[in-house]
Amino acid sequence: MTPTLQIFLIVSAALFSIGLLAALSRRHAIFILIGIEMMLAAANLNFIAFWRFAPKPHQPPVGVMLALFSIAISAAEAAVGLAMIIAVYRHYRTTNVDQLDQLKG
Amino acid sequence: MSKSIDQVFVNAKQWLLSWLAGSPGWVIQVVSILTNIFALLAVFLTLFALISVLERKILARIQNRYGPNRVGPFGLFQPIADGIKMLIKEDIVPARADKIVHFLAPVLIAATAILTLGVIPYGRNMTPFTIDGGILFFFAVGSTTELAVFMAGWGSNNKFSMLGAMRAIAQMFSYELPLIITVLPVVMVVGSLTPERIVAAQAEYTFGLVPRWFVFTPWGAAAFILFFVSGLVESNRTPFDVPEGESEIVAGHMTEYSGFKYATFFMAEYIGMFAISGLGVTLFLGGWHAPVRVLEIIPSYVWFFVKLSVLLFVYIWVRGTLPRTRIDQIMNVAWKFMLPMAFTCIIAAAVWHYAGRGLRGWLWSLLVIAIVYTALSILLDTRRKFAQRVYRFAE
Amino acid sequence: MNGAAFIVISILTLAAALAAATLRKLMHAALSFAVAFVGIAAFFFLLGAEFVGLALVFIYIGAVAVLIVFTILLTRRDIEKDRGFNWSGVIIAVALFCGLTWSILKTPSLSIVAPHIRALTVKRIGEALMTSYVWPLQCIGLLLTAALIGALVLVMEEKR
Repeated sequence: MTPTLQIFLIVSAALFSIGLLAALSRRHAIFILIGIEMMLAAANLNFIAFWRFAPKPHQPPVGVMLALFSIAISAAEAAVGLAMIIAVYRHYRTTNVDQLDQLKG
Repeated sequence: MSKSIDQVFVNAKQWLLSWLAGSPGWVIQVVSILTNIFALLAVFLTLFALISVLERKILARIQNRYGPNRVGPFGLFQPIADGIKMLIKEDIVPARADKIVHFLAPVLIAATAILTLGVIPYGRNMTPFTIDGGILFFFAVGSTTELAVFMAGWGSNNKFSMLGAMRAIAQMFSYELPLIITVLPVVMVVGSLTPERIVAAQAEYTFGLVPRWFVFTPWGAAAFILFFVSGLVESNRTPFDVPEGESEIVAGHMTEYSGFKYATFFMAEYIGMFAISGLGVTLFLGGWHAPVRVLEIIPSYVWFFVKLSVLLFVYIWVRGTLPRTRIDQIMNVAWKFMLPMAFTCIIAAAVWHYAGRGLRGWLWSLLVIAIVYTALSILLDTRRKFAQRVYRFAE
Repeated sequence: MNGAAFIVISILTLAAALAAATLRKLMHAALSFAVAFVGIAAFFFLLGAEFVGLALVFIYIGAVAVLIVFTILLTRRDIEKDRGFNWSGVIIAVALFCGLTWSILKTPSLSIVAPHIRALTVKRIGEALMTSYVWPLQCIGLLLTAALIGALVLVMEEKR
């Protein structure tokens, strides 16, 4: 059995759904961040899969480049997101997103 | 004749694989990989045993003692005795520990340490695992160590372990930056991330006498010193062994480990040291090439291990000589001195390249490094900080 | 491309991802997150993009996972209190997965096998980055610097 593009896309869809699950149903801010990272990784997997299965290979390899840039952006996002979680925790003494319901500190 | 001795291990493997001729391709592939893994493990576990006793002997000589000399001739069987002792000790897991994480930490740390050994070329045609981005593989796998150290600290559920792990991660994080950036000039000059190519680029000799190793260029020498110091920190060796400083926090992240798990940590630390020295040899010291063209008749792997042992001896020597530094000093040096100097090495390498890679480029890059070094030492006010100390004794 | 390797890797990745999303203990979830990313990097290796796979391991396990773990430690007081679980999220996620799978299976142009391509060497990626992608690369550099400084400013101790 050689995997086709479909199977890769289904795995990536499953990963995306799991990420969405983490982001929607957990109440801890770190879980939400983990979910977002996982969704981004699923998108990267799609980029690479489409690049690999393209009938005519591109020069430069566009899919790979997009994946590299999106990895860099998600790293920046993770750093800022975690810093925000720490800042919020210092202020409210909680990381449960349901309890962060007032704008006035 | 010398050529066949040089290739003896490669030929042995070919001979072993020729027995399997006719079997399907994947069988040959798997057997070939397993042969490499077994050879790698056999060589480096022997080296680990040897170094663990030699280190104690050399340290003893530095401190005017004899060192272990009871078991076997000159105490050479000491590691076997130590191994038996470690194996039959009770394996204690703290009751409040996170059992899974506590168990997985030594496994992960040893696995990653051994994986990093795979990409280093040990001799002509003797790379266990050839990959296009070998240097990146080394650092990508090596960075997993931090997570393993953290798992050890967290899983033990002990204040000392957690503190030690935090210190270890802080210092490994800070020094990973200079470590990787000092590798960049070499990668830039060679134009490849493959270790074999980097070794091949250092194959020539000027006048057949002086090898063209990168350590003999100004940027290479500076980068090598920075690399070596960062390597000391990454492998938690003595001037920088704050994470496991025995007199402060028992044994850092290894406090709650005993018996064979402790031995695994110990082994991973030594293998990490071998890996980082091996990478240093590959990048700056010409890999498996001989220092003089005439001496190329001596097999390539002998040269590699000679250079590796010289570096390991320096590691032990430094351990026997220097006292432990403070954590804030370590951090300051990393961010204020090592990182700017590492960036300077990149610029100096570029200057060297564009000035024609000859004597002129040599002098120009030396000038760049000298200027930045002087400027940094004026900015950091080192003359005041590292002035000769005046000791006042009680009278 | 190897079918057996694909099955092993996808089971590992999805199991680790599911564990990361549902485990009670935050620390275990963070560690399974790291395992899931090893799986994704293995997918990249399988697809022939070794450089991206190595970069993913380097960035996610070497940096992001350690950052997450540090954040968990710094917000430790909250760890045991995480009991909230929103079941409507499960329904939405399952519905999304079913919808996506249905649409993927309904598209016949996607059931293709990978063509033979030239190996993607690091050199080719480097050339592309330094020629047609120079501006995006510089922008990413600027973005990362800004993110680094921003993160530092955010977590700096407020003076009282």
